Amino acid sequence: MKRTLLALLLSVLLPAAVSAKLNVVATIPDFGSIAEEVGGEQVKVTALCRGTEDPHFVDARPTFIRVLNQADVLIESGAELEIGWLPPLVNAARNRRIIADAPGHVVLARSVRLLEVPAGPVDRSMGDVHPAGNPHFWLDPLNGKIIARELAAAFSRVDPPNAAVYQANLEKFNERIDKKLADWTKFLEPYRGTKVVTYHKSFEYFADRFGLVISGQVEPKPGIEPSPSYIAALIPRLKSEGVKLVIIEPFRSQKTPDYVAKAIGAKLLVLPEAVGGHDQAKNYFSLFDYDIAQIAAALKEAR
Amino acid sequence: MKLWIFLTVFCAGTTVLPAQENETEQLKRQLQEMRENFEKTQREQREQIDTLTRKLDEVMKQQAAQAQRPSETRPAAEAQAAPASTGMVAGAWSPADPIRIGRSGTYMDVGLVGTFAAGMSTASDIEEGTQLGGHDPNQRGFTVQGVEANFTGAVDPYFRANANILFSVDSGGESFMELEEGWLETVSLPGNFQVRAGQILTDFGRINSQHPHSWAFVDSPLVNARFLGPDGLRNPGVRVSWLAPTPFFTELSFGVQNSQGETAAGFRSAGHSHGGEEEEEGLPFGFRHPDNDRGVKHFDDLLFSPRLATSFDLTDNQVLLLGASAAFGPNASGASGDTHTEIYGADLTWKWKSPRHHGGFPFVTWQTEAMLRRYELGMFDWDEDGNGGDGDGDGFVDEGVLVNTGTGLPAVLAGETLTDWGFYSQLLYGFHKGWVAGVRFDYVTGDRGNYENLPLIIADGAGGGAAAGRDPLRAERWRISPNLTWYPTEFSKLRLQYNYDHRRDLGEDHSIWLQFEFVLGAHAAHQF
Repeated sequence: MKRTLLALLLSVLLPAAVSAKLNVVATIPDFGSIAEEVGGEQVKVTALCRGTEDPHFVDARPTFIRVLNQADVLIESGAELEIGWLPPLVNAARNRRIIADAPGHVVLARSVRLLEVPAGPVDRSMGDVHPAGNPHFWLDPLNGKIIARELAAAFSRVDPPNAAVYQANLEKFNERIDKKLADWTKFLEPYRGTKVVTYHKSFEYFADRFGLVISGQVEPKPGIEPSPSYIAALIPRLKSEGVKLVIIEPFRSQKTPDYVAKAIGAKLLVLPEAVGGHDQAKNYFSLFDYDIAQIAAALKEAR
Repeated sequence: MKLWIFLTVFCAGTTVLPAQENETEQLKRQLQEMRENFEKTQREQREQIDTLTRKLDEVMKQQAAQAQRPSETRPAAEAQAAPASTGMVAGAWSPADPIRIGRSGTYMDVGLVGTFAAGMSTASDIEEGTQLGGHDPNQRGFTVQGVEANFTGAVDPYFRANANILFSVDSGGESFMELEEGWLETVSLPGNFQVRAGQILTDFGRINSQHPHSWAFVDSPLVNARFLGPDGLRNPGVRVSWLAPTPFFTELSFGVQNSQGETAAGFRSAGHSHGGEEEEEGLPFGFRHPDNDRGVKHFDDLLFSPRLATSFDLTDNQVLLLGASAAFGPNASGASGDTHTEIYGADLTWKWKSPRHHGGFPFVTWQTEAMLRRYELGMFDWDEDGNGGDGDGDGFVDEGVLVNTGTGLPAVLAGETLTDWGFYSQLLYGFHKGWVAGVRFDYVTGDRGNYENLPLIIADGAGGGAAAGRDPLRAERWRISPNLTWYPTEFSKLRLQYNYDHRRDLGEDHSIWLQFEFVLGAHAAHQF
């Protein structure tokens, strides 16, 4: 009996002690995917949010507490993207490696120049406006390079012996992004200036990078559901602007966006905004591959 | 005279001339200094201009290089990257942690939650009758369920702190204030430990440690209000918790708190005392010996509350949380002062959330808590002063004294252990963003005590009295409560709830409540 207990105890305690891999926890799967690129064989990555989920409203599952308890590095977006669920988990995780300002705590929004930083005072009558700026920044591949740079720096801080490996991986990642970005840009070049509508301000960085023009959102204010009268007023405006695409994330209800798309003669496109949001969007690169192919196909059809 | 003037002027002149020479030199020196300064400044400025020109050239070269790339709609993100050290945009106001008090860097978040209800009920005893919770709707018409201020933040690198202060208005229109919670908590103790100390809600089950605003129903479950008290079980004390190194979530916690006061109902709660100032009618916990006011004399005068919680993901979309709780402490009954209460609880929470949820919807949650209470009722002689209960000497037993009609004398109640149990089970279905339909079933009962079998009356002071009968605080009752909640955003809600109450001996009642709530300022994320 004693021996069984000891074996059980060891099986529980040992994996953490034996594993030399850096235990990396990412909130958004895209950060996880980039962490895998930069960390390579040296890291074990867990993403809390799944690509199909609304990243603002992830459940604070108790199992995440234990995951965070074992983390060497925590990667979060910041800019209040995870404010509705992450803080109590980190508080409960009792892990000094990932508490605020610990070397293993990476807040990416601090390193990225955010779009749509409100110029004036913000209050909640404006909906769920993020005062630090729009946090959906990972949908710009050049921000992906900044993310990779920050992760390489964090991994090197926490695991200095492998710093050279992380640096080499970072350079490889950057090269790959540069090459891919050129392809992606070329692929979407014919559609530069195309007007699109999104549900939420999730694709601002993507549109900005690839030359799409966002004419508006289906929701009247961030996080606020559209009313029939808002939709009725939105439709003629979008129609007159010649909007070609209505883009929504996989987790949105298609009913209202579909209605809007039909009314303005545009195509409804369900695009993952995160890795794992579609079967083919398996990692950070294939996410762009998939999204860009979808947009190009839809616009080709619309012509 | 003229000579004198001349001499004077000459003398003055001779004294002035050296002074003039001095001044000339001074001016020359100043001029020299200024020239040097001017040249120095010019040199510096030239240097600055050179540097800036160089920088400008570099930037322009970079931009030219980028312009050749077809993708650019704005400068390369690398060039835009803000240095990590600058952090968030300084001075930006944040709705989620909006009011920062103190210098930048040391701050606390301030929030305010206002909860109100309006409604009607067929019950004649809403407050402490059909509605047992301290923050439940307590009258027909409008109720202020509470306006709760929350202060939270990091104290220093070692502690974080939190305080919840509730302002409210009772059914009589009197304003009152309660310290719901006020504690500090360790940030990073070794060994997966965490310590919380101060005024704390006892970590018992699910509902007790949550603030009413995060409840899914207008009112407190009956089992919570009856066993853990109208305001929940909370008292000054300490809670030590430990996260076990298991593959799934397992947390073990142990609380030590004072066992006296009105927020330790079922233990040495205030009120319902006999022979003291707060004399009230009520069974069975009204037999309160003065020794029960002893405060904390011994170690076992404290309230101990262990809890074990474990949780795992059943599938990618289903989470199960199981908990076992207990609370042990002395109670206020009887004359001996050494009677105890034990409360045991088990809870289950299951949640399914769509893998493609939009704003957190749709979801289904099932939450159930069951409790068992064993209450040692101490022996008590209602003829406390040995005068046959006739303190005023009018020949009749005084008003409010419990009389055994078999003997015609104040009752002598033997010690016994009373067992009560109950549960609630609630199902919530978030069917559309912002919309939740729920239903809750409540059941509580108690084994009939010996004192409930005696022919007791509560004396009216004139030789008669009302039959005590079955104890209304322990008798069987159940309630079913369907409701519908609309959350326009996470910061406001409107909730309509119907309660069908059935109380043994008292019959059935119907109530309908409309709850409305606002959240201002900081609002901490909800725990699972």
